[in-house]
Amino acid sequence: MNNVFVYCEIEQTTVQEVSQELLTKGRKLANQLGVELHAVIAGTGIKGKVEEQILPYGVDKLFVFDDDGLFPYTSAPHTDILVNLFKEEKPQITLMGATVIGRDLGPRVSSSLTSGLTADCTQLEIGDYEDKKAGKHYDNLLYQIRPAFGGNIVATIVNPDHRPQMATVRSGVMQKALYEGNAKGEVVYPDVKKYVSPEAFVVKVLERHVEAAKNNLKGAPIVVAGGYGVGSKEGFDQLFQLAKELHGEVGASRAAVDAGWVEHDRQVGQTGVTVHPKVYIACGISGQIQHIAGMQDAGIIISVNNDPDAPINQIADYIITGTVEEVVPKLIKYYKQNDK
Amino acid sequence: MSLKIVVLAKQVPDTRNVGKDAMTAEGTVNRAALPAIFNPEDLNALEQALRLKDQHKGSTVGVLTMGPPRAGEIIRQGLYRGADTGWLLTDRKFAGADTLATSYALATAIKKIGNVDIIIGGRQAIDGDTAQVGPQVAQKLGLNQVTYAEEILKVENGKATIRRHIDGGVETVEAPLPVVITVNGSAAPARPCNAKLVMKYKYASCHMERKGDEPWAELYNERPYLTLNQWSVADVDGDDAQCGLSGSPTKVKTVQNIVFQAKESKTLTGSDEDMQSLIKELIEEKIIG
Repeated sequence: MNNVFVYCEIEQTTVQEVSQELLTKGRKLANQLGVELHAVIAGTGIKGKVEEQILPYGVDKLFVFDDDGLFPYTSAPHTDILVNLFKEEKPQITLMGATVIGRDLGPRVSSSLTSGLTADCTQLEIGDYEDKKAGKHYDNLLYQIRPAFGGNIVATIVNPDHRPQMATVRSGVMQKALYEGNAKGEVVYPDVKKYVSPEAFVVKVLERHVEAAKNNLKGAPIVVAGGYGVGSKEGFDQLFQLAKELHGEVGASRAAVDAGWVEHDRQVGQTGVTVHPKVYIACGISGQIQHIAGMQDAGIIISVNNDPDAPINQIADYIITGTVEEVVPKLIKYYKQNDK
Repeated sequence: MSLKIVVLAKQVPDTRNVGKDAMTAEGTVNRAALPAIFNPEDLNALEQALRLKDQHKGSTVGVLTMGPPRAGEIIRQGLYRGADTGWLLTDRKFAGADTLATSYALATAIKKIGNVDIIIGGRQAIDGDTAQVGPQVAQKLGLNQVTYAEEILKVENGKATIRRHIDGGVETVEAPLPVVITVNGSAAPARPCNAKLVMKYKYASCHMERKGDEPWAELYNERPYLTLNQWSVADVDGDDAQCGLSGSPTKVKTVQNIVFQAKESKTLTGSDEDMQSLIKELIEEKIIG
């Protein structure tokens, strides 16, 4: 009762990284609240294959639902599992990835339980809340912090009276880490038929095609990113060359993606990938808030822009005033000359 | 088979093109400075609905929206493209709704409309980006849901076959009707407004949009189709407690304008000297290399 739950997502038998990131965050929240961290996973043929991908992140109890029809994911069976499990377990907090699956499942579960859900949180904290109108004080609520209005404001949302407090978080926003403390590590295998009605299996997946990510943007130590100021698809070739020299990856702003100069999976920002590189080289990126939301935690930010007043310069460590066309080839040239 | 289709659409501030005057000095959103538009992914949803109408003789498409009286514009935009009818849910009691209370209101209206085969809307609205309303409407109606749809491939024998986007790929699913579908921005764009339909419906409006002194007011008596459906909580037999602020489990604790901490930074030119010394500095400090 009253614990923190994380719904773990899988592809075949591989637990998704976003779920592990949330387990690490969930562990911290559970420690702060003095409760246990529980995890739930549902799939087909996963018993014995997923436990070691989940328990090391500090899980006290793992619920493994393994039966035919639970992979590939469809909405109704997974909803039944969570709704019925939560009715028994009464968690105070539930976290899931802001992925296609999490954003399909979360709202359905929250509507079934009439509990609040906040999508795409960028921070989760524990704190108090004063409802002045009702004259009520609440201790230890989950602050669900997220950008709103296209990223122009940041809102802190609370669910004072309904449980669980549910939140989704995008991949890469939290950082995963194996847990160094002691967790109970208990695993249970509930009978799926007690949780899922046979009618839940009416939506059929006829065909499915999934490819592994084509780049390692999310985990790259150095990101060379281009925006509208790069000017063309050919301009991006220079960025790819610089990234190759630096053993980094190429990222992009939405403007460059929308212009068709670079693939969609390289978009950095609130609606793209969140990156935490050691070095972020922003080439011709003006720095719209929704872009900055995806890269502001970079160690060193270098901005190349011919507009000295570009908003991104406010958060840059190095501001190079010049065009991408002019500056990037020089960076490549002098890096080659000086790197031993 | 003929289909009865309801499109869920929302009028939203255009958060993608935020100008400098979009935020007030106090750090709140200046809604008046943002143009109100048809939520982009709802237009993708409207297109999928209209294509089904084209393919299935005798089908109807209606646009359901919730908002202030001026959101009647969303229904007109639907009619201009080929929708048959629309409903505006408008009532002060709906104000302050979070996604759950919004879903309750929409689900209640859909029950009132009755016998709907397909409920279709955009994946998410650009003012909130939550993607929650579609699945929550489905849950409230006890219907199946298919989210992130890119194309409705066919509807036959009481089943819809839908191609949808998933993380890292695509899948094709088959779902029995009635079904709730949310459409991804990667789906086909909406058709343009049809000039004849614009002529036909340009004066269409809800009662609350009218001042009563319009020069064309007489038309409203002659042409009943110019009066759009306008529904309050009571009109859809809604429960006040589940609408608006009181029906919303989530509360906004604080809202902050984003302020970036200006960093101490080095400013360089793009000259050869500056670039060479920058690279040397980064290598020496083991930042790169």
